Amino acid sequence: MPVAPLPVPALTVQHLSVAYDKAPVLWDVSWTTPQAGLVAIVGPNGAGKSTLLKAVLGLVPRLSGEVRVFGLPFAEARARVGYLPQRASVDWDFPATALQVVAQGRYPRVGWFRPLPRAERERARAALAEVGMAEFAGRQIGQLSGGQQQRVFLARALALEADLYLMDEPFAGVDAATERAIVGVLQRLAGEGRTVIAVHHDLATAPQYFDHVLLLNVRAIAAGPMATTFTPENLARTYGGRLSLLERAVAAAQAGKRPAAPVP
Amino acid sequence: MTLLEALLFSAGYNAAVVALGCAGFGLAAGALGCFVLLRGRALIADAAAHATLPGVAGAFILAALAGWEVRSLPLLLAGAAATAAVAVLLVSGLTAGGRIRDDAAMALVLSIGFGTGVVLISVVQSLPVGGQAGLKGFILGQAAGMSAADARMIGLLAALALLLVTVMFRPLAALCFDREFAAAVGLPVRALDLALLGLMLAVTVAGLRAVGLILVVALMVIPAATARLLTERLEVMVPLAAAMGALAAWLGAGLSSALPGLPTGATITLVACTLFVAALLFAPRRGALAFAWRQAMLSLTVARDHALRVAFEAAESSPAAPLAWADLGRGAGWSAWQRALLPRWMEAAGWVTERAGQVALTPSGLALARDLTRRHRLWEHYMQAAGGLAPAAAHRAADEVEHTLPPEVTREAEAWLRRHDPARLAEGEVPPPGEAERTP
Amino acid sequence: MTEFLQLDLAPMLAATLACLVCGLVGNLLLLTRQSLLGDAISHSVLPGIVMGFWVSGSRAAAPLVAGAMLAAVAAALLIALVRRLTRLEPGAAMGVVFSGFFALGIVLIEVSGAHAVDLDVDCVLYGQLEALIWPAARGPGALLDAAALAEFPAEVTTLAVVLALTLLLLVLLWKELRLAAFDPDFAHAIGFAPRRLSLLVLVLVSVACVAAFWAVGSILVIAALVAPAAIARLLTNGYAAQFRLSAVAAVAMGAGGYWLAALAPGALGLGHGLNAAGMIAVLAGVLLAFAWLFGPFGRRGAARRATVAGHPAAAT
Repeated sequence: MPVAPLPVPALTVQHLSVAYDKAPVLWDVSWTTPQAGLVAIVGPNGAGKSTLLKAVLGLVPRLSGEVRVFGLPFAEARARVGYLPQRASVDWDFPATALQVVAQGRYPRVGWFRPLPRAERERARAALAEVGMAEFAGRQIGQLSGGQQQRVFLARALALEADLYLMDEPFAGVDAATERAIVGVLQRLAGEGRTVIAVHHDLATAPQYFDHVLLLNVRAIAAGPMATTFTPENLARTYGGRLSLLERAVAAAQAGKRPAAPVP
Repeated sequence: MTLLEALLFSAGYNAAVVALGCAGFGLAAGALGCFVLLRGRALIADAAAHATLPGVAGAFILAALAGWEVRSLPLLLAGAAATAAVAVLLVSGLTAGGRIRDDAAMALVLSIGFGTGVVLISVVQSLPVGGQAGLKGFILGQAAGMSAADARMIGLLAALALLLVTVMFRPLAALCFDREFAAAVGLPVRALDLALLGLMLAVTVAGLRAVGLILVVALMVIPAATARLLTERLEVMVPLAAAMGALAAWLGAGLSSALPGLPTGATITLVACTLFVAALLFAPRRGALAFAWRQAMLSLTVARDHALRVAFEAAESSPAAPLAWADLGRGAGWSAWQRALLPRWMEAAGWVTERAGQVALTPSGLALARDLTRRHRLWEHYMQAAGGLAPAAAHRAADEVEHTLPPEVTREAEAWLRRHDPARLAEGEVPPPGEAERTP
Repeated sequence: MTEFLQLDLAPMLAATLACLVCGLVGNLLLLTRQSLLGDAISHSVLPGIVMGFWVSGSRAAAPLVAGAMLAAVAAALLIALVRRLTRLEPGAAMGVVFSGFFALGIVLIEVSGAHAVDLDVDCVLYGQLEALIWPAARGPGALLDAAALAEFPAEVTTLAVVLALTLLLLVLLWKELRLAAFDPDFAHAIGFAPRRLSLLVLVLVSVACVAAFWAVGSILVIAALVAPAAIARLLTNGYAAQFRLSAVAAVAMGAGGYWLAALAPGALGLGHGLNAAGMIAVLAGVLLAFAWLFGPFGRRGAARRATVAGHPAAAT
């Protein structure tokens, strides 16, 4: 069902800083997404791309900064946000079927303490069919291929029926057919006026799949429409050397506040 | 026997040898424990220790059936070592299928091994020989009934393990520090891992009689963790852990023989724990108190720096305007306890004077404030010029780092600015305020 | 029959119920790779149990459970603090804390005089199944006799209540616990507080440890916690089936272990009874070995996985 364009940006991040243990992972990131569309977060390894998504969701503690989702604090807008974690973040040996995993996307509609009603299970089955996985509903998730596992995760996100999707590397380690299928789903979501923010690794396909981009390397290097932002100069700034002195300074500042590093 | 007698070896030859044997075991366990701990083998050592029980009981049954001396310590310990080794093999065997993870495998081997031992002990109870009661000493430790010969054997085993640890110190340290690197420089890492495992079994077995199989791992892990809190260097950590292990074993054995009924293993472990808790609280760098103190001092220094800068900037813009503590505190964002503490501290240190509610910087306060402001603005400019940060962000980023920066980093930033953006930096002067500060 | 009712019914029920409570809760530990937390909690609750016993002077469930939960939470907090300050790996931090707590418990038993009453080191190590007798049963009619039933050992009744509560929570939070176990990040993102749920698991495990304490002691309880879940894991890929099979394995362990311990001595010609709690663990080992050797996901599972190594699923 199409969603009317929204008067407020889907996601606004202001002065967001996050540090794991000692090293700053995100440093003073301020960023506003467009009102709808497909947005890529691009940057080198360790640039804080996944951390940005996790900080928005409250999965990692923030040092400073503010996050607004549709103009509201995340907790108040939770029902409108969908999350697709990295495939490697869970144990695929877990005893669960594809349908059981997708059905988790319906849990917010069901609420606590209640078993999943039949109607909700059918919604989950429909989401599974939408990613072309209908015949694998009863399969244990460990016996699916990497691409199929990724589709299961995508179906679970779809089952949430969110207006803003945060996807952590949806294309990581998938086959070409799955990649095409995922792109198709993302484009449908954008066509319905929803926003999808995806961490993306492949520089070659980024301009092809996404309308907007955030170039991230600990700091927000540049953000905007793909055509004007995804330039060689900006990419060089993103992937080029980092600010060594600043890094050392921040590391020194953080080290002063915590016990020293261990021996081994 | 009083505690003092037990500790001073004056309670008779036997008691003295027993105390020395226990201390020797503590020495070896503490030293080896460092490597066990750093190599992440603590819990497998625990599983192996629990799995010694069927070995001990099995050896007893074998001896009883064969008509040998059932209280022969070497025989019982050999049985213990055998089943402990089997346990280590079983842990890796169980995980081979991929379904059972190593955490579950260790818990399973530990409890099933112990359970098998418990059943065998109940078999032992029905055997028509004496000496069954002594077996219980292997579970929780019983130094009181130990003979001098037993203690000498334990001491010998411990001394052997200690000797091997000393000889293999360098390679073991390399193994624990970085296994891949150790392999790359040609060390036989598999053999070393196996040697560590063998030493671990030897020390475990040596500790059975004194500490008991349930808590023997405590004497490997706790002194090592205590030493870890006190030092960063392995060459210090190992002897320190060994000394603390020996002290705990000697004190604990003394206590339990002075107060019969206290199981030796639990007493020794509690002594070691007391040392650990003391280190956890009072360790000079890693301890909880030192940590809290550093946090408090940092937040106080930051609050002071902010206030001094507010005062300096106020004087810079309108030298004659009066300044009250409330203005300083508000400008610097002091919290309640800082509002209570900082005025006194700043006055006592001679940075400010107060007369009739008016606060003024003293000459030394002015110099400090000037220096702080200079550093802050230097950083702000540096971050804007080099880091491409927005003015407001640069202000906050500068706030975050300036208080803890080593002076050489400040000098480096200054040199960088002089090269790249000399307009922002007048030599020797306090640079002009950044854009963010001009529009508060 | 009367002898069975008087001497064997209560311990057999206690062994079965204890294994069932622990085995069901143990699934939640095994599936989140936290089996060693069960190890840590079972050791750490001992001082809490002793203090509860000391303060109340009875085996009444409430003070013991309160003491044990306090000790379990204190141990969990201490483990976190030790990890933070010493930067040790979690296993080592656990080892430091739980062995300290266990030693404290043992010393408390001796100095508090609790051992003079009813709680001694033997109970900690071997359980006390044999002590659960029902002398009021003077015939099969006792099963229907209110007066005789009132004298049924309270430990067994407590276990039954704990089992009922555990089952109730497992059913009520069936989908929530599964979600938090599989993907806590996603659970957090959609508002199903995984931290509160993992705290609940901690509480469930410590209650199970206390409830099973009189039956199997505080070390063999680890077998009751981990073995049924591990056996089921080697036999099935389904979530509900995992719980069902672990319940079957737990009943087999508990009832079978007690039965073996009670009957084997007669068969072997030993004059002395064998320890039932230990026998439960031994039987668990035997069942585990069978599941590993012949189960679809045991040793054979490894072989089968190796043959599909080229398949993309094997890569993850």
